[in-house]
Amino acid sequence: MIVCAKQIQDPEAPPATFKVDPAANKVIPPAGVEPVISPFDEQAEEAALRIKDAQGGTIKVISMGLEMKRTVVLKSLSMGADELYLIEDPALAGLASFSTAYALAAAIKKIGEFDVIFCGRQAADWDAGQVGSGIAEILGIPSVTVAKKVDAVDGRIRVERVVADGYEVIEVETPCLITVSNELGEPRYPTMKGIMAAKKKPTTVWSAQDIGVDPSKLQARTKLLKLFVEERVGKCEMMEGETIEEAAANLALRLREVKVI
Amino acid sequence: MAENKGVVILAETLDGKLSPAALELLGGGRGLADELGEELSAVIMGSGIAGLAQDAIAYGADRVYTVDDPLLKDYQTETYVPVMEKVVKEASPNIVLMGQTAIGRDLVPRLAFRLEAGASMDCIRLEIDPETKLLKQTRAVYGGNALATYVSEVKPQMATVRAKVMDALPRDDSRKGEVVTIDAGLDPSKIRTKFIEKVKEEVVGIKLEDADVVVSGGRGMGDAEGFKELEKLAGVLRAAVGSSRPPCDQGWVPASMQVGLTGKIVSPTLYIAVGISGAAQHISGMSGSKNIVAINKDAEANIFKVAHYGVVGDWKKILPPFTEKVKELLG
Ligand SMILES: Cc1cc2nc3c(=O)[nH]c(=O)nc-3n(C[C@H](O)[C@H](O)[C@H](O)COP(=O)(O)OP(=O)(O)OC[C@H]3O[C@@H](n4cnc5c(N)ncnc54)[C@H](O)[C@@H]3O)c2cc1C
Ligand SMILES: Nc1ncnc2c1ncn2[C@@H]1O[C@H](COP(=O)(O)O)[C@@H](O)[C@H]1O
Repeated sequence: MIVCAKQIQDPEAPPATFKVDPAANKVIPPAGVEPVISPFDEQAEEAALRIKDAQGGTIKVISMGLEMKRTVVLKSLSMGADELYLIEDPALAGLASFSTAYALAAAIKKIGEFDVIFCGRQAADWDAGQVGSGIAEILGIPSVTVAKKVDAVDGRIRVERVVADGYEVIEVETPCLITVSNELGEPRYPTMKGIMAAKKKPTTVWSAQDIGVDPSKLQARTKLLKLFVEERVGKCEMMEGETIEEAAANLALRLREVKVI
Repeated sequence: MAENKGVVILAETLDGKLSPAALELLGGGRGLADELGEELSAVIMGSGIAGLAQDAIAYGADRVYTVDDPLLKDYQTETYVPVMEKVVKEASPNIVLMGQTAIGRDLVPRLAFRLEAGASMDCIRLEIDPETKLLKQTRAVYGGNALATYVSEVKPQMATVRAKVMDALPRDDSRKGEVVTIDAGLDPSKIRTKFIEKVKEEVVGIKLEDADVVVSGGRGMGDAEGFKELEKLAGVLRAAVGSSRPPCDQGWVPASMQVGLTGKIVSPTLYIAVGISGAAQHISGMSGSKNIVAINKDAEANIFKVAHYGVVGDWKKILPPFTEKVKELLG
């Protein structure tokens, strides 16, 4: 099994710490906030680990980026994955979905045989939600997206896929690609034993050349024109009262007054 | 591909009719097509759907491609992508739009990669640039902390559209349009997935997406028991009950109640957020609400930045007298 995991700026950092540099169309990383593995990617690994727990197998994690804090990416090994592949090349940093999928697909081809690739439903920085399907298309394998449960049954993969009013059960042949959503449940915490074991597990670092990708040929299909924060206008009217119960009643009265109720 | 012209939308069906998302796309697509002076085509696929073509025309389409095949009864990536690819190649459109639904979010990226085109998912604004005539696609990024506007470098320009971003047009049966029947041409032996079943998680009461009033609870509710108090208020207001993500993750409430970036998008007349801090990912799903009320014990909570009315304090002390007063006023 292969898991694609991206290191990102912590998406649950306090909203007040979020800043963009509009001139550069870039997000300014908040000082003192540590990067994390994109949460859905941890869930993707959890899905793989559950299959490994039940049936065995090996898990290889691929992460592409720059300055990947070893503590963050090593977490995937501490959780129970077997091998880590880091693609670190300035020429491949911050690529759009199209090129990211090409580079990851190239790395996966280099790794060789696999049964299932797990991705997150979307990376919690740009929330693009495209790379998983892209890798599957490039590799020519079937994909099932937004899974909340994944089981290996008689050589096929049985997926519960989240839809608006419930879920669909889909069976897919291997090799295939599955994207995972938070409905899968909490990813496990690394144990002390896991953390110790991780130190002995192999980590491979690749450049663009190593995976046979010519960055100049990776042409983005979309162009970012503008990145901005929309100012919220309007002010919150705070309800007061002698007591909190009175403030609560005043809220009802106010809503009535403005004919909202 | 020949010259790219026209707007193509996928009109999804629901319970044998065009879905609300389909009607919104027809309305919004009509506007974009008119601005460009091009045609609007709708694609309807499924099993036994041919009769819906006239509906799509009445709601704005100039042309409807129908693909009727038993293999298209349930959505599967393996069947819908090749059919959509076939239709798009035939139509050679300038723009392709779908809803940000369970179908659109799965189909669009895969189709974009197949066509070597680009796509923007979950757009909240789509505009034609007056100079370049290109489609400017604006979407939330970083969990809704920021917005980003993109243009496609390749045609067709593809995007999915968030629910309620576009407005449906009133039905007009005097509209005329052309219906083109397309053969799915699927080879069953090439389909590598099998649809086993759909499991519906029944919601009791009013559906979140349709509700005019939504009462939502967050981690601050403490446990499943806390939501009982919200249900009382919802009963009085005839509201749907929603939730931020933690109560779903904790199993206090079903996952289908989640409001936000990766949950339901709601825009009711009144949204009451109780014990919700106001993370960007939550606000993303409810900021379109006309009146927002926040009840939170932390006066600094981010939710008060989007709320119109607020009460600072423990919900356990606030909800009962509030519910009582609302009942009295409505009674
Ligand atoms: C990729 C991604 C996608 C996500 N998608 C979503 C999504 O779709 N929807 C979503 O909601 N979240 C989503 N999240 C999670 C989001 O980032 C926040 O973690 C979440 O919204 C926080 O929920 P909360 O406000 O209920 O909890 P908290 O942030 O823990 O806030 C609890 C609030 O309750 C208040 N409180 C506590 N006790 C009381 C009391 N007795 N009375 C009154 N107030 C009280 C506290 O002051 C606090 O403000 C997503 C996260 C990621 C990374
Ligand atoms: N740089 C990356 N390194 C590893 N995996 C990635 C990277 N970018 C995207 N992915 C994978 O693709 C998924 C979807 O990403 P995106 O389409 O960018 O939202 C993520 O959840 C990851 O599983």
